[in-house]
Amino acid sequence: MKKELLNILKRNCRLTCDEIAVMLGTTAEEVEEAMKELDEKGVILAYNALIDWEKVDEEIVTAYIEVKVTPQRGQGYDKVAERIYKYPQVTACCLMSGGFDLFVVVEGKTMKEVALFVAEKLAPIESVLSCATHFVLKKYKENNVVFNGYHKDDREAVVL
Amino acid sequence: MSISRIRGLIKKNILDTPPSGIRKYFDLINEMKGAISLGIGEPDFETPWTIREEGIYSLEKGRTHYSSNAGFIELREEISRYMERKFGLKYDPRDEILVTVGGSEAIDIAVRTFAGPGDEVIVPEPSFVAYKGCVMFTGAKPVTIELKAENRFRLKPEQVLEAITERTRAIIIGYPNNPTGATMDYEDYAALVEVLKDKDIVVISDELYAELTYHGKHVSIARFPEMKYKTIVINGFSKAFAMTGWRIGFVCCNAEILEQMKKIHQYALMCSPTTAQYAAIEALRNGDDEVRRMTDEYNRRRLVMVDGLRKAGLDCFEPVGAFYVFPDITSTGLSSDSFCERLLMEEKVLMVPGNAFGACGEGFVRATYATSIENIREALTRIARFVERVKNEKK
Ligand SMILES: Cc1ncc(COP(=O)(O)O)c(C=O)c1O
Repeated sequence: MKKELLNILKRNCRLTCDEIAVMLGTTAEEVEEAMKELDEKGVILAYNALIDWEKVDEEIVTAYIEVKVTPQRGQGYDKVAERIYKYPQVTACCLMSGGFDLFVVVEGKTMKEVALFVAEKLAPIESVLSCATHFVLKKYKENNVVFNGYHKDDREAVVL
Repeated sequence: MSISRIRGLIKKNILDTPPSGIRKYFDLINEMKGAISLGIGEPDFETPWTIREEGIYSLEKGRTHYSSNAGFIELREEISRYMERKFGLKYDPRDEILVTVGGSEAIDIAVRTFAGPGDEVIVPEPSFVAYKGCVMFTGAKPVTIELKAENRFRLKPEQVLEAITERTRAIIIGYPNNPTGATMDYEDYAALVEVLKDKDIVVISDELYAELTYHGKHVSIARFPEMKYKTIVINGFSKAFAMTGWRIGFVCCNAEILEQMKKIHQYALMCSPTTAQYAAIEALRNGDDEVRRMTDEYNRRRLVMVDGLRKAGLDCFEPVGAFYVFPDITSTGLSSDSFCERLLMEEKVLMVPGNAFGACGEGFVRATYATSIENIREALTRIARFVERVKNEKK
C-alpha cells in the first residue's frame, strides 16, 4: 500500500485522505497514519507546489553550476557538498559522475546576485577547484510537468 | 424542383433509425460557463507522445499513400502478436486480421456481412448506440435483450436462448460495456457458450475497452474453441491508447468471413488512414507502459466516482471496466431525462440519460470518469447537493 500511496502523492498531493483511501481501498485514518509514518521516517520530505514564476511579477534567476572539487581525506565529497548546500541560495546539489563533481543549482533575484554568490561564496571554498555557471533562460519541463503545457479540454461535450 | 420530391426516395429503415438522442444537452452545455461534462465517451488523455511522433515521422517521410486494403502487413503482424500476448487469441496476420476505420467501421461491416431484410440480430441493452443503428441500416431487425442490474449487467444464457429465432443471424456482445462498465468473466462466457455453441449464429464481440479492465484480466468469447470460428472480435486503439481522433481499429476472425467483410471495406473505405497505421504500429510495439499509466489513473478515478455517487445517495453498481459508471437514479423519483436536464440546468453537470442506450436504461444515467480528478471532485459535490435537494422536494 505504501508504494501505491507514494505514487499517488507524487502526482498530486492535494488529494484528500478520504479520496486516497477510496483509491487504495482502505480508511482515511489508515492513510493519515501511513502518511504520518512516511513523514516521520523521512520518506516524504516535502509537499511542494511547482510554480511557473514567469507568470508572476517575480523575477527569479536560476543557474546550474558545474563544480569541480578535491575530495577530502576520510570524508570524500560529503563534507564539501554540505558546505555548499547549506547556503539558502543553493536549491539543489548532487554528486555527479563524469566531467565534474558537484552539480549545484542556485537561485537569486538577478544574474548579478547569482554571479556574485558564485564568485564570493562558492568559488573561494577551499576544496573547490572550479565553477562553470550556466544560467537558465527558459524552463520547458520540470517534475514531469510541461510549462505552458496546459490547454483547455476541447473535446466535444457529449460523446456516446 | 424541390427536395420534397426526393424525400420519398430515402430508405424507410434509414428514416426510422433515430439519431443519437442527446443533441439538446450538447447545445445547452456549450453556452454554459463552468459546466462539467461527464458525458464524454472518450479518453481525456492525449495520445502518448511516441505514438504521435511516429505519425508525424510518417508524414515527414511522405508516407501519404494508400496502404493495402487490409492494412500494412507490419501492423497486422503487430496486432497478431498483441492479441496473443494480451488475450491468448491466435490470428494469422495474412488473412484473419483487417485494419478498419475505428471499431465503428468494424461493427458496421460485420453486421452488413450477415444481416439484411428479414433477418434478426440480437442486441443486448443498454449498449453502445451504434449496434442497433448498424442493424437497422441493413434492414434487419434488432432484437433487444434487457441486461439487468441485479445480474451486474452480464448477459445470461437464458436471455439469449429466449431471444433466438430461426431468423437470428448474429448477436452483438460488448464487454467491457459502454454504458454500464460491466464485464464478463470466464465463467459467464462458459455458460453462454453452452447455449451458443450448437447454434449457427455469429457472435460479434466488441472488445474496444478490453484493456480497461480493473478486476482480473479481460476474457474474450473467442477464447472458447467451440466459438472461435464464428466469433468476430472487434478491437482498436481509440480507448486503450487514447487515439479516438485517428480513426483506426481492427477486426479479427476466420479467414473465410474476413474475406467477405474485406470486400465492403475495400469498396467503402479503401483503407484505414495511413498516418494512423504508422502510429498504431508504435502503440503496439512500445505502448504498454503508457496504457498501464492511463488505466491506473482511470482506476483511481473510478473508485472515487463510485464512492462519491454512493455517498450522494445513488445506488451504484460497481463497474469494473471501460470508463463509465451507471448509477440507478430511481430513488430520486425523477426520470433519466429530467434528472439529466435538471442536473445540467441547476448544477451545470452533464450526464447522459440511460435510455439513450436502450429503453431499459431508463432509471439510470451514465457518467464517465475520463476526466480530471478535480472535475470529478467538483461534479460529485454538485451531484450530492442536487440529489439531496431533489429527495427533499419529494418528501
Ligand atoms: C463500445 C464501443 N465500441 C466501439 C466504439 C467505437 O470506437 P472507434 O473510435 O474505434 O470507432 C465505441 C466508442 O465510443 C464504443 O464505446
